[in-house]
Amino acid sequence: MSTLPEGWNMVVGLEVHTELKTNTKLFCGCANLFGDEPNTNVCPVCLGLPGSLPVLNATAVEFAIRIGLALHCDVRPSTFHRKNYFYPDQPKDYQISQYDEPINAEGYLDLPDGTRVRIERAHMEEDTGKTTHLGGTGRIHGSDESLVDYNRAGVPLVEIVSGPDIRSAAQARAYAAELRAILVASGASDGRMEEGSMRVDANVSVRRGEDAPFGTRCEIKNLNSLRSVQRAVEYEALRQITLLEAGGTVNQETRHWDEDAGKTHTLRSKEEAYDYRYFPEPDLVPLDPPAEQIAAIGAALGPMPAERRATLLALLGEGASDAQVDQALSAVEQGLDRFALAAIDAGAPALLSVARVANELAGTGAAGEQLPEADFAALLLMEHAGELSATQAKAVLGDLVAAGGGDPKEFAAQRGFEQLDTGALDAVLDEVIAAHPDEWARYCEGDDKLAGFFTGKVMAATKGQADGKAVNAGLRARKG
Amino acid sequence: MANLARLELTEAEVTRFTEQLASILGHAADVAALDVHELAPTAHPFGLTNVLRVDELRPSTDREEVLSQAPKVVDNRFGVPRIVGEAP
Amino acid sequence: MSVRDLAQAIRSGHESAVAVTQRSLDAIAAQDGEVHAFLDVQAEQALAHAAEIDAAVARGEDPGRLAGIPVALKDNLCQRGEVTSCASKILAGWRPPYDATVVTKLRSAGAIAVGKTNMDEFAMGSSTENSAFGPTLNPRDLSRVPGGSSGGSAAAVAAGMVPLSLGSDTGGSIRQPAALCGVVGVKPTYGLVSRYGLVAFASSLDQIGPFANSVADAAELLEVIAGHDEMDSTSLADPIPQISAHLDDGVDGLKIGLCSDLLNGCDEEVVASVRHAAETLAGQGAEIVDIAIPELGFGLSAYYLLAPAEASSNLARYDGVRFGNRVDGDDVTAMNTATRTQGFGDEVKRRIMLGTYALSAGYYDAYYGQAQRVRTMIINAFAAAYGKVDLLLGATAPTTAFPVGDKVDDPMAMYLSDICTIPTNLAGHPAMSVPFATGADGLPIGVQLLGPGMSEERLFAAAHVLEKGARA
Repeated sequence: MSTLPEGWNMVVGLEVHTELKTNTKLFCGCANLFGDEPNTNVCPVCLGLPGSLPVLNATAVEFAIRIGLALHCDVRPSTFHRKNYFYPDQPKDYQISQYDEPINAEGYLDLPDGTRVRIERAHMEEDTGKTTHLGGTGRIHGSDESLVDYNRAGVPLVEIVSGPDIRSAAQARAYAAELRAILVASGASDGRMEEGSMRVDANVSVRRGEDAPFGTRCEIKNLNSLRSVQRAVEYEALRQITLLEAGGTVNQETRHWDEDAGKTHTLRSKEEAYDYRYFPEPDLVPLDPPAEQIAAIGAALGPMPAERRATLLALLGEGASDAQVDQALSAVEQGLDRFALAAIDAGAPALLSVARVANELAGTGAAGEQLPEADFAALLLMEHAGELSATQAKAVLGDLVAAGGGDPKEFAAQRGFEQLDTGALDAVLDEVIAAHPDEWARYCEGDDKLAGFFTGKVMAATKGQADGKAVNAGLRARKG
Repeated sequence: MANLARLELTEAEVTRFTEQLASILGHAADVAALDVHELAPTAHPFGLTNVLRVDELRPSTDREEVLSQAPKVVDNRFGVPRIVGEAP
Repeated sequence: MSVRDLAQAIRSGHESAVAVTQRSLDAIAAQDGEVHAFLDVQAEQALAHAAEIDAAVARGEDPGRLAGIPVALKDNLCQRGEVTSCASKILAGWRPPYDATVVTKLRSAGAIAVGKTNMDEFAMGSSTENSAFGPTLNPRDLSRVPGGSSGGSAAAVAAGMVPLSLGSDTGGSIRQPAALCGVVGVKPTYGLVSRYGLVAFASSLDQIGPFANSVADAAELLEVIAGHDEMDSTSLADPIPQISAHLDDGVDGLKIGLCSDLLNGCDEEVVASVRHAAETLAGQGAEIVDIAIPELGFGLSAYYLLAPAEASSNLARYDGVRFGNRVDGDDVTAMNTATRTQGFGDEVKRRIMLGTYALSAGYYDAYYGQAQRVRTMIINAFAAAYGKVDLLLGATAPTTAFPVGDKVDDPMAMYLSDICTIPTNLAGHPAMSVPFATGADGLPIGVQLLGPGMSEERLFAAAHVLEKGARA
């Protein structure tokens, strides 16, 4: 929760750069892949060699339009411009971007808390190469020389610029999370912040009161996790307030967030805006997507996170606890709700489906995302039917994810999972109860917490094969 | 201006260039004076639009061949002297 | 012998490609010490390729339309594995890892690339005196310039070293040297020939085009290099004009505008030559109409804002990082600056500065923005003119070839050499220079024919009439 001193407000706008999930780069046919050997996915075009020319990737345009439509933008005729500046990771020493005629403009994003954040624009541009710095600490400052890999140069990006409508660090995080979920839902991006395919810059300023004019803002660049977004925004707002309260002034500057130290520090003073000398890119022609194409892209867009949250919550029903609601939200945020829906569709209970997605499937990363939904559904049906205990189901899920799919029955059989039949369970229950008469007495007198104790003992005795629900039922039956 | 273009000019060159540029820009004044505000700027002589390419892989250039022309190579990457500051 | 006949002779085995190539190399060896048309002669490669052509013929295969024809390439055309320097120290020794599309097309047509020709550095100039490796001299008079920036390619054809060569034209860099050297030079419609692999000077104006000794020969080369290219977004998808097929169409019934604005600032004898050319065309059935297009007068100023602006951006990539000659520095910025300061010649620096200025904040609207609007004005003016006439006739260059050293100290005077050719580039239209007369100084005078976009068939037909009636 915000801990800003009394009377102070923050004003935040976020600029998010997302890589598009195309096969090839924006202007050439080199592979758009992360992690390959340096300078193996390069060609005259993305190296900016003399005589090379850009040719626009049709799928990148389609993906950009998907993003624009998902953010309720106006999709417009657009042009490309050159943004001229020298830097070693910029092969042509200009970036092909969009300037005053972007493909998408004037949209919005609604946060789960209901706040509407304006989207000023979502335009296309090309990514830069990557530099590594030798000598010193491996950061730019104090290095001796730098090495450049152009594999990433030319990868398609969409830059999404919000209005200054965010009012807290938590909201900033929520915006970034929701935007990421939308980008993933649109199919245009994979939202992997840890791989750098989604990068957030935050513009932060403070003011006294909610209607005062905006203060001077600072830009914090390259936040690469949701947590960093929240922490950095919070820190920066406090830093500015502290400075102002001490009688200082905030300089307009660009700052870097140091995750370990938990602080921002100056990168460069932005007093003089750099003169990029934008002019229309003469090697490209204007883009004017036909209305039918835009409509078709819109029609093919699946439901966005907001709609999917609503769907899942409706399936959970009004009796869902806060924890269960959180699980549903988490499932949607991670783009995994389709698994829950598949399971529910196949006949599994909503609560179980959502829980297994949010608790077990989430956290298995890319492998989990690639699991066939049908296999997941089949597993849950087995658990629901009582063929597998919760513990067993979780183990089989692990197997399925590791194998990239398969028949849950086979994996269960391989592990020798057979549901303990009622007779065997009764025998074990009786043994365990007999072995712990004091605890049994207390349980019968009303100490329900001891159910867990007995369940644990039964589980140990049956090596996890007992079904927790059946154990509880058995305990209650014996209690009378 | 020279800094923006990464050029270093001697004082003599600055003087000479300034004169020459002034002369050229003086001629350009006749352009500046024209009342053409209602005309749209031409970025292209013929109104081409929507030139796109299919998102299909094409062979990349052989890394050896590319690096063979590089002024300095370290570890299969292009080496440059230290970079001062972030990108503008 | 025409290129078509020579290629046919080679294809049928009557002539050997090796012999033809050897003759070309001999001519180069005999004259180029003085003319300096070439920066790099690729004798071994050329002879090897010629031998392949002869072998293909012996096997009964068809090596292509330009089988065995020696062609010279301006040194701003990328040729894989061969030095492409753009006559600049900054690229001296650079070997591109790829071929320009036109180079690929030439090879597929069986043509033999014999070498790279001299030019003004990065195509900036009108005399080839801005080459970092020494000027080219006019074969017709070695005390004179061949024109520029494609001076080497023009001279190579004029001196009989090669029957065909390729140049590039941004403001007249093919047509003006063609006129000064007495050969045919063509700037095609913008987008007719792919720019992929042409080292860019001003992207919205540059075009690659042929030099030849005859209109028919130029047509052969242009038809081979023309055509849509998926590697160039500005490449036209229209069908290639059937130029050779229409060469003998004549001019009967055509309306040709004698444009007074394309005679501005020209020597009297140049003007007289253009008028004689008009008479020749009239004699063959064309209707000559006097026409004024005063807007064209603003072309020079608009060009000298637009072209340097685009160039300043196109030449930013020469930073010593990925290719070319690096001069080291304490940090990367110092390295960039030292590399460019030492690697670029004066004219290039001048234009980069001018271009940077024209694009800079606060000046963009007045200079670059305004120039783009003037460009529209000129396009509209041409369109109006072509509503009344089919083609335009004018001078190519205002004078015959001037002496070496005459204009190097006065850039503005040099820029005025392009006054008749620049408007075509702004409009993206095709135009060509045809040698028509000889000046009192014994030097060639070319006249210029201009047409609307994609009018090459008609343009060449009229040019063919002119060359038949030439008083050279």
